[in-house]
Amino acid sequence: MDSLLNTGRPPVFCPGCSHERVAKALDKALSNMGLTGDKVVIVSDIGCSGLFDTFFNTHAFHGLHGRALTYAAGIKLAKPDLNVIVTMGDGGIGIGGAHLLAACRRNLNLTLLILNNFNFGMTGGQFSVTTPQEAQVGSAFLNRLEKPLDVCSLARSAGAPYVSRCSSYRNDLPDEIEQAVRFEGFSLIDMWGICPGRYTKRNKLTPQIIDESLAGNEPFTGVIKENLRKEYGLHYREIVSGLKKVSPPAGINAEYAPPEPGRREVVILGSAGQRIITSGDILCTAGLTAGLKVTQKNDYNITVLRGPSISEIILSPEDIGFSGIEKPSVIIALAHEGVDRRKYLFGNLDENTLIIRIKGIDIPDTQATVFDIDLKEQGFKIQDWALASLAVMARLNKVISFDMLNAAIKHVFKDKILESALNLVNRAELKKRD
Amino acid sequence: MSSCLMEGNEAVAWGALASGCRFFAGYPITPATTIFNTLLKIIPPAGGICMQGEDEIASIGYCLGASMAGLKSMTATSGPGLSLYSEQISFAIGSEIPLVIVDVQRLGPSTGSATRGADGDVQFMRWGNSGGLPVIVLAPVDVADCFVLTMHAFNLAEEFRCPVFIASNKEIAMTKESFDPDALIKPAIIDRIVSNEEKFFPFEVKEGCLVPQFLPIGGKTLVRQTSSTHGDDGYITTDYNVISRFQNRLKNKIDSAAGSFAFHESFIEEEADTLIITYGVTARAAKAVYDEQKKLGRPVSLLILKTLWPVPEKLIRDKAETANRVFVFEMNMGQYYGEIRRILPDKKVEFLGRMDGRLISPRQITEALGNG
Ligand code: SF4
Repeated sequence: MDSLLNTGRPPVFCPGCSHERVAKALDKALSNMGLTGDKVVIVSDIGCSGLFDTFFNTHAFHGLHGRALTYAAGIKLAKPDLNVIVTMGDGGIGIGGAHLLAACRRNLNLTLLILNNFNFGMTGGQFSVTTPQEAQVGSAFLNRLEKPLDVCSLARSAGAPYVSRCSSYRNDLPDEIEQAVRFEGFSLIDMWGICPGRYTKRNKLTPQIIDESLAGNEPFTGVIKENLRKEYGLHYREIVSGLKKVSPPAGINAEYAPPEPGRREVVILGSAGQRIITSGDILCTAGLTAGLKVTQKNDYNITVLRGPSISEIILSPEDIGFSGIEKPSVIIALAHEGVDRRKYLFGNLDENTLIIRIKGIDIPDTQATVFDIDLKEQGFKIQDWALASLAVMARLNKVISFDMLNAAIKHVFKDKILESALNLVNRAELKKRD
Repeated sequence: MSSCLMEGNEAVAWGALASGCRFFAGYPITPATTIFNTLLKIIPPAGGICMQGEDEIASIGYCLGASMAGLKSMTATSGPGLSLYSEQISFAIGSEIPLVIVDVQRLGPSTGSATRGADGDVQFMRWGNSGGLPVIVLAPVDVADCFVLTMHAFNLAEEFRCPVFIASNKEIAMTKESFDPDALIKPAIIDRIVSNEEKFFPFEVKEGCLVPQFLPIGGKTLVRQTSSTHGDDGYITTDYNVISRFQNRLKNKIDSAAGSFAFHESFIEEEADTLIITYGVTARAAKAVYDEQKKLGRPVSLLILKTLWPVPEKLIRDKAETANRVFVFEMNMGQYYGEIRRILPDKKVEFLGRMDGRLISPRQITEALGNG
């Protein structure tokens, strides 16, 4: 097969730069595999390694420092048949550390070539995550203070199924690269090389020294058995091929007449675990069964199992402009947490507001009409109080009718839960507490 | 009549699917997360891909890769995530990668308040990129807008090959609302123009056009994409003539078309002295005031902007023509007020903002107008 090197744009690295060897080896590997340019994309980012995409007649994507793996993932998921080769330097590995970890854990079929020359060549030889502590680099003493990273051990512990560490001067580098490209999953080669432009100006590093240090390091030669598993894209497509198409929610038809005219605002003040949001949904749905416009806003703490839970609902025959609540028609007070969070509401009310208050819940002084009820005595569990209160409200013909409530419950619930919910609202009595 | 109940975020997700969006990646963040939740349910069964990125930088990076490989792509976040998107947004602008970005704004600065609404990123969306070239920002008012403007956003992203923002707000995004799905006025779907040239140059524009034709990475023809300053061929260039032509084109392709997508609603009353200009969730309170004042026989005019960037300057000038006084209301400290003052230098322009997590109420607006 022909070379994929772009003869119009020959490599422009400093004389003696090991990147040039890698570029040629990559070309050899791709042509040995019989790949044409349209079957390959080279994704690169910033630094001297970022020039790679320009030397090849393949698809090319050159982006931001350390982010090459992110673009590569998007491309591979969109075009599963494409051979995606990513080149990054040791600088990119540092700044893009989170993406390296994610790529290892994910196991999407990409090949990452790390052109590791122990420093930032392009910006003046500053230290990178792989710079030895004893090296003399462009960051003065700073590299003496930080331990260099073993990229291969990191990749293995992050779940990479194919990790290799080698010298850029190996004679069989093309075979090494080919094996990684052929691997069905995420593969990474940590290639140690020499940057004469910066690094070896002040540090002694030769192919022989690289071989010696590699020999003194734990060898990584490719497949990591304990990490072998299904390739991500394959697995993803396998899982989703069994999913059924989801249709948009069906509209609810208007069948009933609302018991009261005009805009009605309801505030349900409860606490976490009282199914406040679900009750808000039911109230809104009840509105839809009467052709009303509705809005619903919920307020709860980010620690969802504790603290106040509030639902604010507006029902109106007109379009609802402002969706804030200023003068509610009904307040349902189910828990002190919710009441505390909205205590500023109570002072402004007049007798036109109805407060349905559960026994034992204190509320601030108010001019509103208070309807006390003891749901505990009626045998309701605390998590059913919100729905039972809606039943009380409907029985009073406030905001919604009982028919609207029943219809809403039938829209929202199914099967067993539906049965018990219908049962529940039928049981709720208007009996005031003594 | 039949109605659905949906929150703004769900409507964005369904609007995206209807637009042909087949790739989404995002990182969980309140109040944007329910866009991801909804798309995770609906995109994979439709043959698309939904990803949770390891962070925001990755999420938008996946989208850029997928978009260049030919899939309509979207990501969603809030202020803190938008900050992390910044570098990639600049890339999408400079390298003409179609992408829809939803910013569900929450109260800032910084991590601020996750569950409180605001419109505090209006200038950030416009200027949060290196180079300062124009972007498109659309601002929904309600759930129906969330659906329809998302469709427009996809169309504009494809047509102009640029990132398009949806400037949502927690107060729209996480408020459930009834709407009639059959009453939505959905735009026809626009796809990027695919090149059929023998010799393809990824950034070459045809005579009389300002937007290059597209081919996906991974097809028969080789495609180059690069974040570097490039010529038509997608290779880095130092030729200042080429660079200058390219920068001007990026600016002109958006600015010169601004009039063709100045989405808005306006209620102009002939006898009105005052014009209210607003956008987003605040428009709802303003509309209530408009209705009320009209009923009381003290009419005010109202202009609700749904395209914030590029600023629809001609529209604003036209609508303000007969008004003596212009009043801007917004959920921040005056970010769009500055634009209005710039466009209407000979009008008295006043402003009321609020940035404490609560909505601007109709009462506040009425009092500010002095018509209370
Ligand atoms: S600076 Fe170093 S890495 Fe860059 S081209 Fe020169 S030798 Fe190679």
